[in-house]
Amino acid sequence: MNMLTEAGVEQQLADQGNTPAIKMRGKGVTVHYGDKQALFGVDLDVPEKQVTALIGPSGCGKSTFLRCLNRMNDTIPICRVGGDITLDGEDIYDPKIDVVELRARVGMVFQKPNPFPKSIYENIAYGPRIHGLTKNKAELDAVVESSLRKAALWDEVKDRLQEPGTGLSGGQQQRLCIARAIAVSPEVILMDEPCSALDPIATAKVEELIDELRQNYTIVIVTHSMQQAARVSQRTAMFHLGYLVEEGATDKMFTNPDDKRTQDYITGRFG
Amino acid sequence: MVSYLVLLLLVLGVAAYFVGRSRAVASVGGEVSRLHSLPGQHGLFLAMIAAGPALLAVLIWRIATPGIEDSIVQSRFAAELAEFGVPQLQAFLRDARAIAFGGIVSFPDETKEAAAVVFRSLHQTSIWLITAVALILAAGGSFFGYSRIAPAYRARHVVERVVKWFLILCSMIAILTTIGIVLSLIFESILFFSEIPIFNFLFGLHWSPQSAFTGAGGDAGDVNTEIFGAVPLLAGTLLITFIAMLIAAPVGLMAAIYLSDYATQRVRAVAKPVLEILAGIPTVVYGFFAALTVAPFFRGVGESIGLDVASESALAAGVVMGIMIIPFVSSLSDDVINAVPQSLRDGSAGLGATRSETIRRVVLPAALPGIVSALLLAVSRAVGETMIVVMAAGLAANLTFNPLEAVTTVTVQIVTLLVGDQEFDSAKTRAAFALGLLLFVITLALNVIALRVVQKYREQYD
Ligand SMILES: Nc1ncnc2c1ncn2[C@@H]1O[C@H](COP(=O)(O)OP(=O)(O)OP(=O)(O)O)[C@@H](O)[C@H]1O
Ligand SMILES: [Mg+2]
Repeated sequence: MNMLTEAGVEQQLADQGNTPAIKMRGKGVTVHYGDKQALFGVDLDVPEKQVTALIGPSGCGKSTFLRCLNRMNDTIPICRVGGDITLDGEDIYDPKIDVVELRARVGMVFQKPNPFPKSIYENIAYGPRIHGLTKNKAELDAVVESSLRKAALWDEVKDRLQEPGTGLSGGQQQRLCIARAIAVSPEVILMDEPCSALDPIATAKVEELIDELRQNYTIVIVTHSMQQAARVSQRTAMFHLGYLVEEGATDKMFTNPDDKRTQDYITGRFG
Repeated sequence: MVSYLVLLLLVLGVAAYFVGRSRAVASVGGEVSRLHSLPGQHGLFLAMIAAGPALLAVLIWRIATPGIEDSIVQSRFAAELAEFGVPQLQAFLRDARAIAFGGIVSFPDETKEAAAVVFRSLHQTSIWLITAVALILAAGGSFFGYSRIAPAYRARHVVERVVKWFLILCSMIAILTTIGIVLSLIFESILFFSEIPIFNFLFGLHWSPQSAFTGAGGDAGDVNTEIFGAVPLLAGTLLITFIAMLIAAPVGLMAAIYLSDYATQRVRAVAKPVLEILAGIPTVVYGFFAALTVAPFFRGVGESIGLDVASESALAAGVVMGIMIIPFVSSLSDDVINAVPQSLRDGSAGLGATRSETIRRVVLPAALPGIVSALLLAVSRAVGETMIVVMAAGLAANLTFNPLEAVTTVTVQIVTLLVGDQEFDSAKTRAAFALGLLLFVITLALNVIALRVVQKYREQYD
């Protein structure tokens, strides 16, 4: 028993049902912006139906890694990605992969709420429409309602669906963006500092929401708030200067990290 | 003589600047920080107060003296000039001045010679006067200013106030010019409408002012009010503008979309300036391009498919004008499309939209108000364009919507009414002012609407 390798332990835990399946896996991920390297061989697994938090000081490459997971980096001309990233075992940088379809499966919520200058209804209906997910108006209505309900926004906006989404408060706008991402039924939702533009009450609501979404979705969240990472995530990955310092169960990371840098960062000594 | 005076005052101003500066520094024994205002401001203050009032006096003298001289001469020669009408009186004064100060004299005679002598002596006296006044002002200003310079003196406030008034003056010049032009348009138009009923002008279907005078000899001057109908001109203007926008709006917009969302940095760096060069080509060049290349081409094509195309056609003028305003549309829309935040594009891409879906469904709707106002500005540009239509669209005031025929526009008619030898007080030339006013009102309305739309657009992202 004592002789078991690390992999063996993991396998055993998986058999017992403690370790969920791996949804996304990064192997030796490197990213260059022009001549400047931003990520150096990052290996990180994202377990299914859990919340994985990415933490680390500013400029360490959290957003860069997150954007690799649904190939949002493709929109930056100078950005080159190396290494392997898989979704359900499939290489997402394979030329055969359709980016459009990938992004429907791996949705994204941004740091600053960015509702389209359209009505609340149209904001949610946008994704289903472009992917042809619904056959008629009734189905679309149903998708809009269920997405807004899942994002805990329905009660606040059900009487004003035709009003512009930009007229909502910041916290409502961010939940609208989450609802917009949910509406295309993604498997993974990426969130880049989703609460950094929100006040504490709105933040609490979004955190509560993230906790609920975990039932159905795999979530990766970038955050600068240690409390937030501790509250909402099950796994935490610590980045520093483009390297993955360490990753593991959130409880362990926050109580007994292996790496001194993680310790220092969590206790607020740098970053 | 007077120019030497001005030169002297300017030199005095420069000198005063340096004197003021060094006196200010000296007054605190070199410790500049004890001065309320910077040494340079003291210098400026002294320069202004030394040379400013004197220069102002010279300016006023320059504007006012001719009128004063004229009225003095008139009163001296009142007896001789008693019979004269206004034009004769003006001719008399003009000739007398020409004799006195050099110039072309049309009919010299003795009275004019006498008047010239008076002019010359008056002028001499006034020069002595202004020189004396200017020197006194300059000396007084210099001494006053010099005595005021002290560590606590607030030279900065004086300088600021003078600068403010100077700027106000500059903006007044622009505003007053505009008002003056508009007023002259309005006055001439009122005169025109007192002869031709405004109803006939705005709704008449017939335009041929060259045949305005029905009678001959004693009857000449009777005006046929039925031939000043502006409708054919408006129709021609509309037709050509419509054709131009049909070309410029889609092409310009697509070019803008390509430049802002598809082109790489390198392509953009080349393509945008090139497109803007297109806007710098003089319109005459477009005009002969239209008249010599495009119009014959259309006629040839028309003949080969059995259509009768006039050698000067609305189509040729409209197409070339469309090409001319493409850069106008594309560069304005490029600006508004670029103003749509990148975060909206990211949001759309993050939901799995393709680039063209993102543009069609998110970027363009968001930029729509700005694009509409760009198009309206382009329309007002097309409506006011003259050279291309003069050269390629013809002069015949046909009331037609057939783009293959020759038409004429408001601007073309203004040109034809005013070129050549004209009396500027006939209904025919005044018609040009009425047309100008009409054009002004149309483009003003378009611009106001465009500005309104843009304002509404601004509120969206702030
Ligand atoms: N579009 C880009 N072009 C060039 N360099 C970039 C770009 N985006 C990020 N970088 C660089 O990559 C590095 C990692 O940036 P990234 O945005 O991933 O950091 P981050 O961890 O998300 O920081 P923060 O917490 O401040 O958001 C930084 O050094 C940054 O300068
Ligand atoms: Mg970031």
